[in-house]
Amino acid sequence: MRVALFATCVNDALYPSTAIATVKVLERLGVEVDFPAAQTCCGQPQFNTGYRRATEPLVHRMARAFEGYDHVVTPSGSCVAMVRDNYPRIGARAAAEGRGQGLADAAASLVPRVRELTEFLVDVLGVTDVGAYFPHTVTYHPSCHGLRMLGLGDRPRRLLQAVKGLQLIELPGAEECCGFGGTFAVKNADVSAAMGDDKIRNALSTDADVLCGADNSCLMHIGGMLRRRDAPQRALHLAEILASTEEEPLR
Amino acid sequence: MSGTFIGMPSFPEAARDAVRDTTLRGNLRHATHTIRAKRAGAVAELDDWAQLREAGKQIKDRTLRHLDTHLEQVERAVTAAGGTVHWAADADEANRIVTDLVKATGETEVVKVKSMATQEIGLNAALEEAGIRAYETDLAELIVQLGDDLPSHILVPAIHRNRGEIRDIFRDNMADWGRPAPDGLTDRPADLAEAARLHLREKFLRAKVGISGANFMVAETGTLVVVESEGNGRMCLTLPETLISVVGIEKVVPTWRDLEVFLQLLPRSSTAERMNPYTTMWTGTTDGDGPRAFHLVLLDNGRTDTLADEVGRQALRCIRCSACLNVCPVYERAGGHAYGSAYPGPIGAILTPQLRGTATELDASLPYASSLCGACYEVCPVAIDIPEVLVHLREKVADQGGRGHRLERAAMRAATWLLDHPAALTAGERLASRTRKLHPRRLPGPGVREWTNSRDLPELPAEPFRDWWKKNHE
Amino acid sequence: MTSASSARDRVLGRVRRALADAPEAPEVTRDYLVSHTPDDPATVLDLLHENLADYRAGVHRSTRQHLPALIGELLTGHGARTVVVPPGLPGDWLAGSDARLRHDDGHLTPAELDSADAVVTGCALAVAETGTVVLDAGPGQGRRALTLIPDLHICVVDVAGQVVASLPQALPRLDPTRPTTWISGPSATSDIELDRVEGVHGPRTLEVVLVVE
Repeated sequence: MRVALFATCVNDALYPSTAIATVKVLERLGVEVDFPAAQTCCGQPQFNTGYRRATEPLVHRMARAFEGYDHVVTPSGSCVAMVRDNYPRIGARAAAEGRGQGLADAAASLVPRVRELTEFLVDVLGVTDVGAYFPHTVTYHPSCHGLRMLGLGDRPRRLLQAVKGLQLIELPGAEECCGFGGTFAVKNADVSAAMGDDKIRNALSTDADVLCGADNSCLMHIGGMLRRRDAPQRALHLAEILASTEEEPLR
Repeated sequence: MSGTFIGMPSFPEAARDAVRDTTLRGNLRHATHTIRAKRAGAVAELDDWAQLREAGKQIKDRTLRHLDTHLEQVERAVTAAGGTVHWAADADEANRIVTDLVKATGETEVVKVKSMATQEIGLNAALEEAGIRAYETDLAELIVQLGDDLPSHILVPAIHRNRGEIRDIFRDNMADWGRPAPDGLTDRPADLAEAARLHLREKFLRAKVGISGANFMVAETGTLVVVESEGNGRMCLTLPETLISVVGIEKVVPTWRDLEVFLQLLPRSSTAERMNPYTTMWTGTTDGDGPRAFHLVLLDNGRTDTLADEVGRQALRCIRCSACLNVCPVYERAGGHAYGSAYPGPIGAILTPQLRGTATELDASLPYASSLCGACYEVCPVAIDIPEVLVHLREKVADQGGRGHRLERAAMRAATWLLDHPAALTAGERLASRTRKLHPRRLPGPGVREWTNSRDLPELPAEPFRDWWKKNHE
Repeated sequence: MTSASSARDRVLGRVRRALADAPEAPEVTRDYLVSHTPDDPATVLDLLHENLADYRAGVHRSTRQHLPALIGELLTGHGARTVVVPPGLPGDWLAGSDARLRHDDGHLTPAELDSADAVVTGCALAVAETGTVVLDAGPGQGRRALTLIPDLHICVVDVAGQVVASLPQALPRLDPTRPTTWISGPSATSDIELDRVEGVHGPRTLEVVLVVE
């Protein structure tokens, strides 16, 4: 089984610890992981802001970078949703605009092989107990793309519940958007901040040590708000909790 | 009513004030969260909701695909049943038709059933200009009219008002429009409903002209359907001698049987009821029962432009249930007025820029009034993929250039170039990491300032992931 | 009517141009349920009863023989002294009431209807899953205004012939050419804080009598 890590641009540049944790979890489970260096970004920021044509080179790049791998695993639900939902649309639109089948073919070759981390662990590897240890209280925010577009369901929570020492506390209003939304966070900064305020109020009401998510773009927003308030809670990606073990616990 | 949406600021500006209005935030939060839970319960009662939703979507898509045929059919059927059909290409034409019809009756007042189409075309203002007073009879529309306010929700136009505010509006303003509010009016919803009943009763009983919209019109039979709760609809549709219905051309459904789908989808999505209290169905005119004259005004007003857009046309499936408003986190914080049209919330953000175009700053800002969280698509009873249409409309707005978008386009192109050249990207990432100690917590400049006003920037790592990988795996 | 016909041509022309390149839409798949309720008359009746009551209608069961007495009791109980009677209402239904009867000959004005306390009607159909009675202005129901203006509506449902479980079962039994009113509980509103309150413009009291053999 040839497995490639799609680290995502956000994790590569800002949250390498999440990508490293993903590698560690997969390797611990006996998966041989590769990181094709030609990868960069799925193009979600451009596409969602209205620059579809600017996304097209990245669709080609993604398809080429991950050619030949059985599975492409990524610790980001929104990037998977971008590939799964929007790459076929980008391909179809290009074809409809008379620019050939190339993009559609590139999308079709990549889409079925891309898995969000918790999908890969639960559905492909068939595990929920990854041998992790994390003696803290945790509440989980299921980011919108994972929740509604990918339908991750209870996969992330099942993985968390199997972590030794971890106490999972339900997050009130969990299904509500945190207010990140890519460029929405700056184009509608006031509404975005108001949504974030409500999210962290709910998160802090759980008294959990950690607010866990599976999408670092959302956690950048939520975590940034928590730190601005010097709140006694930190935002942490699910992969980093799963990577933590008794031998090598996360600080 | 003096209120108008014309000349409103762009969405982010209008939303800024709404976000800071704690009363408004509280009112909207309370109302939307109440209905959210109820809707989920009403939908969960039906095991075949997904199949009904798919059928609703398909009926609408198929109808839209053959809209010309169905419109001609509805015209024939209504005419054969004693009604008169008028066509209006835009708001001005529709307003002129209705005004002339009212004038021809010699009346100077009309009673109105809540109708999005007449709200959209600004009918009340047009009638007022012609010396005709239009009385809104839906409770929430009455609250809006008496408060000289604007609607902020499709189903509950006065959702931004709480019971105390409604009591004050009734007490202060009812006398100017007719029967005053009862002495010592409390803010109990039942007492407020009773006050509305007393205030409007005399108007219903003397009304000679009624004006409505319609939820559905059935092509094969010429039947119009109005779905309501209070009975004000029945009053306006039944008691006057003349009835004028202004209906968007997308409201047509092909067959009588199709109602079995929509009458299951609409009430549960809208008021979270198994069935709304009253539904009236009528076909032309009936001797000895209801209005003697019936006029149907078929309204385009931008709908055919929407129909021409292969991605955007799905917005015409909308049955105006307002479920998308009730689950929308942006609507909940920004309120309905920020959307600057009769259609607020997620559906407004895709409908208004298509009906009106994106020439104004406000209309061009609407497709961005969403975090793309997808809650609207999830609850939509006719499966309108609102996020898909929003992104599609953002592309149109970006393509037209204008304020901010030329710079943005350049930035996006630069980003794509960088992301398509991993060596340059890596160099940039390394530079950022090495200078990270120099980065302040708050930054000026467009984009970054908006971010750092309310959130810290992430701390940059010592090295990007690809460098770690190189050291450890290659 | 040149301008009117040209507006028609303009709109239809725009529709056709908008659809010129549109792909054909698929046939409608109707794989939703015809009914959500077991096909058992007693279960359907209980469901109708329950759903009517859930939306604050008064619900009563009666034999045909006891019907006049029950209607009389309901009218008295609500203090109704004047009752509107639609054409074709079975004569004996009001035999147990001493209220003053106002037979509608089509000429009662809205104000006259407003001065009546109640109206008694039959119906065309009742739908169990939604708790709905449907009136189609047939005999014993009268024109729509009769059941709209008086504040108390007593509606008699013949359980043997008039109850269906679901909407897909209801629509084929109705005649689209007739003016039709679907009634699910007394008038109500959700316009204040999206919370349901019963009793606005339509009858504030709805009593439904289910006549069983």
